[in-house]
Amino acid sequence: MKFQNLTIQEMRQKLISAELTSVELTRACLERIKATDDRLNAFITICEKEALTAAAAADQQLAAGNGALLTGIPVAVKDIFNTLDVRTTCGSKILNDYVSPYDATTITKLRELGAVIVGKLNMDEFAMGSSGENSAVGVAYNPWDPQRVPGGSSSGSAAAVAAGQVVATLGTDTGGSVRQPASHCGVVGLKPTYGRVSRYGVVAFASSLDQVGPVAGNVEDCALMLSAVAGYDPADSTSVDCPVPDYLENLTAGVAGKKIGLPKEYFIDGLDPDIKTAVNAAIETYRQLGAEIVEVSLPHTDYSVASYYLIAMAEASSNLARYDGVRFGRRQDGNKGLIEMYQQTRSAGFGDEVKRRIMMGTYALSSGYYDAYYLKAQKVRTLIRQDFHAVFEQVDLLLTPVAPTPAFKIGAMTDDPLQMYLSDIFTIPTNLAGTCAMSIPCGFSGEGLPIGLQLIGQPFAEAEMLQAAYAFEQATDWNKRVPEL
Amino acid sequence: MNSRYEVVIGLEVHVQLTTKTKIFCGCSTEFGQSPNSQTCPVCLGLPGALPVLNQQVVENAIKAGLATNCQIAPHSIFARKNYFYPDLPKGYQISQFELPICEHGWIDIETAELGKKRVGITRIHMEEDAGKLLHNEVDSSAVDLNRACTPLLEVVSEPDMRSSDEAIAYLRQLHQIVVYLGICNGNLDEGSFRCDANVSIRPWGQTELGTRAELKNLNSFRFIKQAIEYEVERQIDVIEDGDEVVQETRLFDPDRGVSRSMRSKEEAHDYRYFPDPDLLPLQVSADWVTRVRDSLPELPLVKLQRYQDEMGLPAYDAGVLSAERPVAEYFEGLVALYNNPKVCSNWVMGEILGALKDKNLGIEDCPVSPELLAGILQRIDDKTISGKIAKTVFEEVWQSGKSADQVIEDKGLKQVSDSGAIEAIVDEVIAANPGPVAEYRGGKEKLMGFFVGQVMKASKGKANPGMANQLLKQKLS
Repeated sequence: MKFQNLTIQEMRQKLISAELTSVELTRACLERIKATDDRLNAFITICEKEALTAAAAADQQLAAGNGALLTGIPVAVKDIFNTLDVRTTCGSKILNDYVSPYDATTITKLRELGAVIVGKLNMDEFAMGSSGENSAVGVAYNPWDPQRVPGGSSSGSAAAVAAGQVVATLGTDTGGSVRQPASHCGVVGLKPTYGRVSRYGVVAFASSLDQVGPVAGNVEDCALMLSAVAGYDPADSTSVDCPVPDYLENLTAGVAGKKIGLPKEYFIDGLDPDIKTAVNAAIETYRQLGAEIVEVSLPHTDYSVASYYLIAMAEASSNLARYDGVRFGRRQDGNKGLIEMYQQTRSAGFGDEVKRRIMMGTYALSSGYYDAYYLKAQKVRTLIRQDFHAVFEQVDLLLTPVAPTPAFKIGAMTDDPLQMYLSDIFTIPTNLAGTCAMSIPCGFSGEGLPIGLQLIGQPFAEAEMLQAAYAFEQATDWNKRVPEL
Repeated sequence: MNSRYEVVIGLEVHVQLTTKTKIFCGCSTEFGQSPNSQTCPVCLGLPGALPVLNQQVVENAIKAGLATNCQIAPHSIFARKNYFYPDLPKGYQISQFELPICEHGWIDIETAELGKKRVGITRIHMEEDAGKLLHNEVDSSAVDLNRACTPLLEVVSEPDMRSSDEAIAYLRQLHQIVVYLGICNGNLDEGSFRCDANVSIRPWGQTELGTRAELKNLNSFRFIKQAIEYEVERQIDVIEDGDEVVQETRLFDPDRGVSRSMRSKEEAHDYRYFPDPDLLPLQVSADWVTRVRDSLPELPLVKLQRYQDEMGLPAYDAGVLSAERPVAEYFEGLVALYNNPKVCSNWVMGEILGALKDKNLGIEDCPVSPELLAGILQRIDDKTISGKIAKTVFEEVWQSGKSADQVIEDKGLKQVSDSGAIEAIVDEVIAANPGPVAEYRGGKEKLMGFFVGQVMKASKGKANPGMANQLLKQKLS
């Protein structure tokens, strides 16, 4: 059975009409993964047995007429979500065999809605990276070009959808980790407003920036996945108790009369010409769809990368202290006592990039440096947030590129971490501001690599952003093109 | 304490709160359960787990702040204190640093040596406790995380105390307040009230503080006193030997009565405090503070003063009766039923507390309620029984739980106030004691007590002693 051309909505119809069973669909999905994952390395763990059990249960639900939003639909999640049946490695050796005793809130929601989780996806270790190359199990490959990275940190989440291994996935986005790989792989990826989706049970990288986000092959499926996981969670004090609209409801509302802002700081000289062309064409499409396009300014954009990395690394240095070998995960025992055990466990368990960030974050919080680094970065963050607040007084949405270049070659930037950090320039500010943003396919480079368009919405205005994305998708066919594997 | 040096002491007290559940998760805080039986992903610090603040902890912190005259911050922040230790599951402790919930308070203390004094409270903040290490084998240790994430208040004083006696007076006062508020069980042995002391000395007249040592592991008032006094002597010796006191943390060994250096200033941790991004800034509304203020019990020092000023009790009585909240509540319950505070005080301090001590009971378990005791006192007032018989009635009420009236009736203890009956006994006594009668009539008037005693004995204590006295005087004159 070939299911790769089906959307979630089409799968649901076939399941409800009993044209297809979830077990059949799940088997087909698992076969597709097995057939393609040598090439892609998108999965860290494939949960065949668990998935087929869930699929059988879903079929019973469907037969009883009790199907929910995702009943019987095979999906996969980044290996950063705690799942109580299979291991959660977070792309790290230090959690290589770690099995969580509880499910993340988002996983509980997926299960309650009947989703069949077929596996856990590759990622940069602890979500630290922009290429997928910092994974303990090796890089995931871009489905469009095996020599290129799929982007990161949710590398597997984007690659698996682009390659038709699964119809939708969950990733996490701390500085662009859903949007940038979605852009590099030619799929739709959404970072909700901070507080929209529970972080409970998602292994923390930088707590004030992390947000769970869906990846799918089209805007409607992305909206459906967001509906499935969004909402207040009393177990996450930073989740926000405000109503969740039905994101599927007014998807066709269009953009006529909407004001879309182009922040001039995002249209810089160094922008790749193919990206410039694709984004300019997208702007034209929106104009034709009836949107008013205006230039705006986010004046503190230049400081966002520096501010982001200081805050993210500071929080990470503290969040990753718990991997000490005492209670869970990998332990490397020395014979000289506690300190040696800590040192050996963490030296052997963490990869280079994670160590680099822990060290830099520790430095930024140290006595005597705190004011100059962490505190200053927080002040800059406030200014960046105010930039967005001011600009959203003038416009409904912002439109920008997702990344300055299409997917780069594996190894091209591994020796230059700073250059790698700078590649997040367009996605980082929205994490600092806490607002929502998404990436949708808007073209291809001369080398045939996908290019993504970023829409940035007002806080908690995901519905409006999805409507704009849907209008664009209907007007173009960039998302119809699939890579040949 | 010393003629050449002034002693300066500041105290940091950790008060373990008696909430049912932990500060950031729903696990029970019950003491003494089997290791790691009261844990969950949050207090184990598992990947992905997040803290949720227990509102009762905030309420208790507000109570403590108001009772110690602090300002309650409308906006306060939880911060992470980062350090590695096996009893600290997340590698950081969630505490408060830059913006604590309570600041700028004080409590009043009194010592025999230095009199009354106001001790400043710098701040009170909320934090989570760590787990416990069990060093039960030669080459390894075990970790029990039942205590991890239990709620603590840290109460930090100004360096206002000048002697170990003042330090103890401050601690007793603070202890009394938190126990009175019902937010801490006050149990020092279980570690519910723990103290670290910062001690320094300086020549008299010097305004800047000397270099301090921080003393840890002080888990009884006696050890605290010992440790401070040892430290003062040690610092004097260091200075008199021409050396300088170094800033360090010292661990007190109560068995040997000495302390040893744990770590120097150079070895001190850099805790890298920063606001915890998993918890929102805490907002405490003025309404909430008002509601808590209205719900506060009358505090011991206020009671102490009121018992003297309004009830006319001696300072000693007022002190005993106000020291513990259940005793004060018993006493006030009794006064409400029997409005003679001094008589009530005598009975509570004498009969009640004495009997409870003999039986090793708390006043909560006293079988004689204020109602039952008031019933006895009323029968003394209306002369149904004498003060002496009342003691017998009390014992019977204690044993049986019956009312005074019931006991008096059952045992036939009603005082005899029938002048005819008493007169007959008086006559008998006079007839049986010709010798003393002659002596009395010869001028030895203090023998009256003997005759009254004989009448009481003959009546088995039931004769009205006033009437017996009067009749004896008549017959003997």
